[in-house]
Amino acid sequence: MSPPLLGVEGGGRGNAPLMSSSVSVDCISQSGSGLKERNYLGLSDCSSVGSSAVSNVSGENKNNLNLNATELRLGLPGSRSPERDSDFNLLTSGKLDEKQLFPLLPSMDGICSLSQKSIVSGNKRGFSDTVDGFSEIKNSVFTDGKWMFNATGSDSGTPQSVVEAKLAGNAGINVMLSNNSSGTQPSMKKEVPTRAPQEGHNKLNGSNNNSSAPAAKAQVVGWPPIRSFRKNTLATTSKNNDEVDGKPGPGALFVKVSMDGAPYLRKVDLRTYSTYQELSSALEKMFMCFTIRQCGSQEAPGREMLGENKFKDLLHGSDYVLTFEDKDGDWMLVGDVPWEMFIESCKRLKIMKGSDAIGLAPRAMEKSKNQS
Amino acid sequence: MQTDPNPKKSKDSPSNSANTESTQLPSPFPDEVLEKVLSFLNSDKDRSSVSLVCKDWYNAERWTRTKLFIGNCYSVSPEIVARRFSKIKSVTLKGKPRFSDFNLVPQNWGADVHYWLTMFANVYPFLEELRLKRMTVSDESLELLATAFPGFRALSLMSCDGFSTDGLKAIATHCRNLTELDIQDTDIDDFSGGWLSCFPENFGSLEVLNFASLDSEVNFDALERLVSRCKSLRVLKVNKSITLDQLQRLLLRAPQLMELGTGSFQEDLLPGQIGDLGNAFGNCKNLQTLSGLWEVTSIYLPVLYAACASLTFLNLSYAALRSVEFGNLLAHCPNLRRLWVLDTVEDKGLEAVGSSCPLLEELRVFPADPYDQHLHRGVTESGFVAVSRGCSKLHYVLYFCWQMTNAAVATIVQNCPNFTHFRLCIMNPGRPDYLTNEPMDEAFGAVVKTCTKLQRLSVSGLLTDLTFEYIGKYAKNLETLSVAFAGSSDRAMQFVLEGCPKLRKLEIRDCPFGNAALLSGLEKYETMRSLWMSSCNVTINACRRLAREMPRLNVEVMKDKESDDSQADKVYVYRSVAGPRKDAPPFVLTL
Repeated sequence: MSPPLLGVEGGGRGNAPLMSSSVSVDCISQSGSGLKERNYLGLSDCSSVGSSAVSNVSGENKNNLNLNATELRLGLPGSRSPERDSDFNLLTSGKLDEKQLFPLLPSMDGICSLSQKSIVSGNKRGFSDTVDGFSEIKNSVFTDGKWMFNATGSDSGTPQSVVEAKLAGNAGINVMLSNNSSGTQPSMKKEVPTRAPQEGHNKLNGSNNNSSAPAAKAQVVGWPPIRSFRKNTLATTSKNNDEVDGKPGPGALFVKVSMDGAPYLRKVDLRTYSTYQELSSALEKMFMCFTIRQCGSQEAPGREMLGENKFKDLLHGSDYVLTFEDKDGDWMLVGDVPWEMFIESCKRLKIMKGSDAIGLAPRAMEKSKNQS
Repeated sequence: MQTDPNPKKSKDSPSNSANTESTQLPSPFPDEVLEKVLSFLNSDKDRSSVSLVCKDWYNAERWTRTKLFIGNCYSVSPEIVARRFSKIKSVTLKGKPRFSDFNLVPQNWGADVHYWLTMFANVYPFLEELRLKRMTVSDESLELLATAFPGFRALSLMSCDGFSTDGLKAIATHCRNLTELDIQDTDIDDFSGGWLSCFPENFGSLEVLNFASLDSEVNFDALERLVSRCKSLRVLKVNKSITLDQLQRLLLRAPQLMELGTGSFQEDLLPGQIGDLGNAFGNCKNLQTLSGLWEVTSIYLPVLYAACASLTFLNLSYAALRSVEFGNLLAHCPNLRRLWVLDTVEDKGLEAVGSSCPLLEELRVFPADPYDQHLHRGVTESGFVAVSRGCSKLHYVLYFCWQMTNAAVATIVQNCPNFTHFRLCIMNPGRPDYLTNEPMDEAFGAVVKTCTKLQRLSVSGLLTDLTFEYIGKYAKNLETLSVAFAGSSDRAMQFVLEGCPKLRKLEIRDCPFGNAALLSGLEKYETMRSLWMSSCNVTINACRRLAREMPRLNVEVMKDKESDDSQADKVYVYRSVAGPRKDAPPFVLTL
């Protein structure tokens, strides 16, 4: 009797990919350079024996966007420009000298966060449609402009690419690269799951193969067996912990938030939010007791709304605006730059009175132009 | 079994079973004496045994039972319960299969408590306690509970769903005698924290209040006043919205607390405030359980020290501590019996456990990063071994790790042969012994051979049929077995079904067990509470055959959308005296 782990073409069962879907990567990815579809599970080198460390790197990428990374660079898996190392903190566990991967595709980060959020919070829906969930994420990626780096105005001439990574929720990493400019690729190719059955079958028959390591990366519903409540809470907790010892782990990004007139500071981890809206709501909740709301807007005259910036809308009607201090020590209005750039450059947050914040906007715009 | 309500025998005549077999001897006791004696029995198992002795005892037992425990809400119907028992004051009901915790059971599967509640309202209006686990509870049900039972005192909801904070408002508003409100691991619609403000101003009977799994901010003033009024409060577990400053004030109001769940530690306190908090903790001389501790950092851990001397249960599973600060904390907790931690403490932290906690009986190590984004940090087999060396009383373990060896497990059970619960989760499915590359068969073999008292076992790693042969042969006290991604053939499951006499719950996922395995346990399933098999190799026809041959079993199948028509993707089999359930949703096939 054939195993039930059959063809997960086009949205198979959540359980189907089982454990070893990522093994399949071995067979897939060596397709040379260029913007072709690649499977960046990092297992392209088949000799990476049992090293589960190998496949995790895309997770690192999620948290390590920096401005250098906005520059798109491609290369064969296994070749990686040296300066990337430090950016990606891959060596924390010291295991990673093995074949890596991931010519880093910057937009992965944002997308990874997004997908993680939607998966982690989508528990009610059940993970049984993990692959279907994939399409959901894809849709949201393509429709939500924030994730597409258009806003960064990267004019380097490199083709814009959107990378989709379905990640955290199910320890599964399907990375797909679709090249907008050349239009060569249709978006989703579920390469990984389709390979699953063979490997899964072997595994079930108890044959010991090296695929045990990548197995963990498969999209397996309900595995490891941890309750939803705990999973959701841990998603935040583990990020917070990284900063505790002063090591800037890939996880956390604590900044202090002060408010004019409030008796104490709060701290927030910017990585737990993925949009300005979330940050704003969270801050509102935190400082609700101190906020004095006034009817009628207090927008500074002449301030333009930039891009898809809903953030200012949220403080519309309140006397306060949210500002941040960036790496250079300058104070700017929050909301002027794309989220990813913001969290990279933000050192501190301050909720100031609207009247104090006039004049900040132009500098923000200038800066973002310079940074692109 | 059908009950036949016998009229009670009169006081003066010896018990004379009028409608029984001729061989029955007259009982030496009048019923009242028998009932008085039996009323001291609390354990369900004892009561079950008593009820089987003879008809008189059966009746005496059912007239005196006040606590009802139903491990599977579909194994019996409300009508049957109502006919048999008349004096129930406390009910515990469990609903969905355990794998629903891991999203393997779709929404709206069932286990709705409402029908039970309407029956209770009719038959047990003096109901005082309701404890539900994995049931669906609507706001309507909570309102019914709050209004139909004037003496209602204790509500405990574990892993339940279906209600919102509106339902909690009803409870707070109407239950004048409430002593316990305990909400755990619950994913509900949290509209606002306003429910807490619904406790009347003169209400002061709470002994247990746990709202740690709710998100919304509650009105702190209302909470503070409530805590002040409830002089018998011994368990208080607040949610993340409660700040340190607020916590300190609560502790000052309730120094008598025995169990505390803190709010979030994510805050910048001034040094003076930190001192105050430490003093407030120090004031709590009776603290036995400490939990919560979200986002606690090394700076704040010392405030806990003063309260740690009497701690027996420390739940750090939401606090991502590192080994050093964790070790420092442990040094203040010599009386720990139960410890839950995150694997961020790593092996070094577990070594500290081994050296600081000689009385430890239970250890649970949860993964901070179950999807492994940070590259297999966490704990390894050495941490587990270190604990086993220092904690000879250890008998309950839940351990999540990425690697394990057969030798390590053998050492562990040699150090701690008294395991009753051994739950090992090697998070890579099907991972062999990482040193020898062999299957983990010998590890679990060692467990079942050495730990004769083993009641619960969860296996993981690369396992062949040999593991299950060992289990069937040696695990004579095993009651619950969880299997995932393991085994080579049907024989594995057969070994278990043939071998484990006390098996009650068997849950299996993603294993190569097929129809032969399923059908090898026909009579066995009637001695068990339930069987769960998902993503195995079972067909619907085999399930139909099982249902046909065993009419007292309910066989339910759920199919995944895309799979083959003949495949039974999820199978749930359980014994029942109530027949097939009538509330099955369309996606559940009852055969």
